[in-house]
Amino acid sequence: MSMWQRISLIFRSKANKALDKAEDPRETLDYSYQRQLDLLAKVRRGVADVATSRKRVELQVNQLTAQSDKLQKQAEQALSMNREDLAREALTRKSGLTSQIADLKAQQAQLQGEEEKLTLAQQRLSAKVESFRTRKETIKATYTAAEAQTKINEAMSGIGEEMGDVGLAIQRAEDKTAQMQARAGAIDELIASGALDDASSLNQGDDIARELEAMSSQSDVEAELAKLKAGHQPEAIEAGDGDILEAEPQTTTQTTAESKDQS
Amino acid sequence: MIVRILGEGQYDLSDEAITALNDLDAEVESAVEDGDEATFRTALAALLDAVRTAGVAHHVDSLAPSDLILPMPDATLAEVRDMLTGDGLIPG
Repeated sequence: MSMWQRISLIFRSKANKALDKAEDPRETLDYSYQRQLDLLAKVRRGVADVATSRKRVELQVNQLTAQSDKLQKQAEQALSMNREDLAREALTRKSGLTSQIADLKAQQAQLQGEEEKLTLAQQRLSAKVESFRTRKETIKATYTAAEAQTKINEAMSGIGEEMGDVGLAIQRAEDKTAQMQARAGAIDELIASGALDDASSLNQGDDIARELEAMSSQSDVEAELAKLKAGHQPEAIEAGDGDILEAEPQTTTQTTAESKDQS
Repeated sequence: MIVRILGEGQYDLSDEAITALNDLDAEVESAVEDGDEATFRTALAALLDAVRTAGVAHHVDSLAPSDLILPMPDATLAEVRDMLTGDGLIPG
């Protein structure tokens, strides 16, 4: 027997198990309908749960991206002040964040995919449940208990298969979400502990962090000062470019040593 | 015939189309038996694509059961193996 025949047989046997042995087979219609409504409610909750997880990961991506941007800025400032050592440290920390961000973005995409799949599953099931409800009323009104059985079996096997499919989709989404929530929890802890944080705010005991922060504020002061000196003149972009070009060859041990001597 | 791709929905296919797809189905099955994940991936993708191409989406509000059921596109080899043995994977 081919693969697809085997899978459909197994599905069918599971769906048939749902056929209750009620005294009046028409009662099984109401019972099944109730189960369908329960499943619909469950798939709606599933969509909401996956959305919550996705939003949590999105928030983490935003937090880590902001930290990464800050480290990038600190690296630039450090370099402009001839502190290549600090710039390197900031960039090293930034690269640690970059891989975390890429990982989180992949998770975000996966959760987005699960959310879309469940939403579509909900729409499909919803259409079939509505169709079942109409069929159920017709069967109850038109057929005697004895006659009803075949009609009921027809209606039940189709909806049973859909329910099996949707149930499977919910189960898989739950499994995936649970895995990611464990990882998201770990990252939240890291963020809270400051281990992933940028150099300045939480790692108070870190010398390099303090130095980067001090340098940041010093560079801000220099920038403000330069602005004051320039007076009301608009910022001379060309002059700024010239500064950078001049500064570049100076990023040597000689200038670094000089600036250290001065301090 | 009605073919269901799990997690995706039902498609109507002609009997001729089904016959043509049997070879692809057999490829997936032998990959599952061999435990060959890479071949399984490409074979399953090819089979599902062929169903989507040859088939027409079945009425969404129909209560007709499918004649054939296929795994979801992102199913792992282990999941399909479980499906074939009826162990746990498909909620009862």
